[in-house]
Amino acid sequence: MTLEILFSPLKEPLILGTAIGILVGGIAMIAGITYFKKWTWLYKNYFTSVDHKKIGIMYIFVALIMLFKGGIEALLMRAQTAVPQNKILDSNHYNEIFTTHGVLMILFVAMPFVIGLMNVAIPLQIGARDVAFPRLNLLSFWLFLVGCALLNISFIIGGSPNAGWTSYFPLAGIEFSPGIQNNYYAWSLQIAGIGTLATGINFVTTIIKMRAPGMTWMKIPMFTWSCLITNVIITFAFPVLTVALVLMTLDRQFGTKFFAMTDGGMDMLWANLFWVWGHPEVYIVILPAFGIFSEVIATFSRKNLFGYGSMVASMVIISLLSFMVWAHHFYTMGHGVLVNGVFSVTTMLIAVPTGVKMFNWLLTMRHGRITFTTPMLYALGFIPIFTIGGVTGVMLAMASADYQYHNTLFLVAHFHYVLIPGTVFGLLAGYHYWWPKMFNFRLNEKIGKVGFWMIVVGFNVTFFPMFILGLNGAARRMYTYSESTGYAPLQMLSFIGALVLVAGFASLVYNIYYSIRYAPRETNGDPWDARSLEWATHSPVPEYNFAIVPQVSQLDEFWYAKKEGRDLHAGKIEDIHMPNNSGAPLWMSVVMGLLTFFFIFNQFMIVIPLAVITLLFMAYRSFEIDEGHHIHAHEVEETERRMRGDR
Amino acid sequence: MRKKLLTMPIVAALLAIVLSGCEPLMVLNPKGPNAETLSNTIILSIITMAVILLVVYLLLFFMLKNYRASKMGADYEPPHEAGNHKLEIIWTVIPILIVSFLSVVTIYTTDKVEKKPEGYGNKEALVIYASSSEWKWHFSYPEEGIETVNYAMIPTDRPIEFRLYSFGTIASFWVPQLAGQKYAMADMLTTIHLAADHEGDYWGRNSNFNGEGFADQEFTVTATKQKDFDSWVKDVKASEPALTEKEFDKLLKPSVVGRSSYSSTHLSFSPAPMDHKDMMKADKYTESKKGSKTSDQTEHDMDDMDEMDK
Repeated sequence: MTLEILFSPLKEPLILGTAIGILVGGIAMIAGITYFKKWTWLYKNYFTSVDHKKIGIMYIFVALIMLFKGGIEALLMRAQTAVPQNKILDSNHYNEIFTTHGVLMILFVAMPFVIGLMNVAIPLQIGARDVAFPRLNLLSFWLFLVGCALLNISFIIGGSPNAGWTSYFPLAGIEFSPGIQNNYYAWSLQIAGIGTLATGINFVTTIIKMRAPGMTWMKIPMFTWSCLITNVIITFAFPVLTVALVLMTLDRQFGTKFFAMTDGGMDMLWANLFWVWGHPEVYIVILPAFGIFSEVIATFSRKNLFGYGSMVASMVIISLLSFMVWAHHFYTMGHGVLVNGVFSVTTMLIAVPTGVKMFNWLLTMRHGRITFTTPMLYALGFIPIFTIGGVTGVMLAMASADYQYHNTLFLVAHFHYVLIPGTVFGLLAGYHYWWPKMFNFRLNEKIGKVGFWMIVVGFNVTFFPMFILGLNGAARRMYTYSESTGYAPLQMLSFIGALVLVAGFASLVYNIYYSIRYAPRETNGDPWDARSLEWATHSPVPEYNFAIVPQVSQLDEFWYAKKEGRDLHAGKIEDIHMPNNSGAPLWMSVVMGLLTFFFIFNQFMIVIPLAVITLLFMAYRSFEIDEGHHIHAHEVEETERRMRGDR
Repeated sequence: MRKKLLTMPIVAALLAIVLSGCEPLMVLNPKGPNAETLSNTIILSIITMAVILLVVYLLLFFMLKNYRASKMGADYEPPHEAGNHKLEIIWTVIPILIVSFLSVVTIYTTDKVEKKPEGYGNKEALVIYASSSEWKWHFSYPEEGIETVNYAMIPTDRPIEFRLYSFGTIASFWVPQLAGQKYAMADMLTTIHLAADHEGDYWGRNSNFNGEGFADQEFTVTATKQKDFDSWVKDVKASEPALTEKEFDKLLKPSVVGRSSYSSTHLSFSPAPMDHKDMMKADKYTESKKGSKTSDQTEHDMDDMDEMDK
């Protein structure tokens, strides 16, 4: 392979611009860190830290950067389709961009944001000192980052995948997508997916085994409940993705015919496997958001969550149903009335538990005392907008009607109406809500609210027109259309909305800058007057989380302790056993990153030694004796005194 | 400020409708029984969903209006409310009833559009094979012995049966004003039943992304009176060239092409794959894979697919 082919994407001005942008940004960041002599600090305190809070912050940091990359891609797509026969992007680039937009937003924005908030909040909510497998947790992060890096590198070296985020065969097969572009898809998802699977196992174990004494199942905060269910779904769904991607790799790189059109292969087998993972994946990113809304709405209504039991039950039912609906993604493949009927019914049934949750949130507010903070605004915005996404979901669930919505902008509008007010609003609510727990100041409320309104207005103006366009015959993933279709005015409106939406997201970054400079530092670990245990400790949280593990006797223990003037942390401070930091996850991920990179380019002579090194890392780990370390009682006492003194 | 939250989507909706002009939306402007069933189903579901939206919006409005901190007085402390079984049962049962109703509608209408449309007496369905290749549609009329590219003629007031398959990537056959979509795939045959009640040109396309030329994979279905259809067939038969294997191979290469017509079909040298239903019968499937031909399968042999690919 010549270098010329490798770097051929750079011949395109747009791609070259992106490449230069990434390069300049990257160099600026590296130069900045070097100038301020922060490398050692970063390496010691973040890159090798097994502290769940720091891992969470790293996840969220990457998610925000990727949100902007995905957002710019979205803006490019809307700009291209704003007027008929536009020439900003050609077909191939448009295809690359909507493919990476989908992959990026789901796997490298929503997922890390969700997992980041889980990392930050869950051990604190259940009164634990860390997760069950702290080093595995760090490995999960680095594997995720390797997957993310691969997808981003593809833009510059070799070209990005371009068969849609669903990568249906035979289109994504070697016959119709020769070249290495779609190998990036398989490997980037594969490596990040393995990290996510490890996260799933890690958090299921953490939540089952490491809750504070007295925290029985029905006293677990709702966010933790939602994440327990989410991680169970991850543990069951991600292996399907892993296997499907292995088959894809075998087909693409080793000439097997699992998804081929000939020799007994079945192209629709890929679609089935993809959605057996893909549909539960949707619930993986929405359930934690539901959990966040539950926390936020209860906190800012100053009331306990209405119908706690039915909230838990409805999530369990949703998780079960999520595995029984995958075929609704291809009603149109021609299975009979029976199959389509069954999948229609199971799909529509999901509306029932979701409706239960919606009414519970509404009733939580009744007799409450609602304050309109930024996180609460996102929760309140979620209710009316997400309901549109929900009811259009029921409409799409009807197999017969879906014959007219399938593959159109109506569908695109629907899933953005679910994912943005659901997942994104949820994550932004959680981000504003837990920010003072991660750092010791709140984000500015005024900028936060302005940002919220820009996002709400921009979102609706961008996506509502797509419902109409879809009913008027506009298919998705079309890089252009002719004047005679009549799509132009609504497409232009959608582009204008996208501009507002991007401005709204930009205000989030400005808010970080503004708040770092001007926000008053918190003197209290509980700025929102909230209800669950994470607010019982200091902000920022000390390494060991709680000097003394709290005793729990009821739901919202912290709230009632505050009200009754009880001290949750009564008792004697003892030595605290903590896990050791480790550089192994980072370096092992670097090796695996190189391995996958060369695998993508079929350079097996380099892959083999790298695989051996990876195995050596694993072998080393299995023989390594690492007992962790103790933070001595007097050190803990000193930290506690200092934290209190700060108040 | 708070009310804006509720009105945003409504304003956007109105704006969108105004901007889309007064032309009826394609999907809601059906010209045949299949599309009409779907259009009615969609309108029914929109009305049902609008009622649900209204309930949620009213409830939210009520909560935000009445329980704002600024309204509640400085010393108001909300009570503890665990839940309310009566309410919880109500908002579980009513949605179940709605879902049941829509399930019945779905199954009834799905069944209806998957069958030969009724109300056309004993008229036999006209069979047309619509096959997709990168990025065009081939329409073969086996009885008439003619073939077209990127356009199809159909008679009005007669059931039509499109049999779909693909020479490569998955395509989705869609003529919004006549019927809903169905996939055209390489290894199995699928069917769309439809009829046109009015004469006219109906726009159709592949709606399933399949690569570079996807946006251009469009076609037109023209519905005319049976008499005009017959004379068109005669015309094509008489004046257009036959479709040779060589010519067809050229056509199959990835490209965006205009319309053309031929006085013979590709089905003779490159038959269509098996029907989906037959395919699911595993024994037949494996047999055909081995290449052992049974009498009723000569036309649907899978091994011919390999030749087709070349």
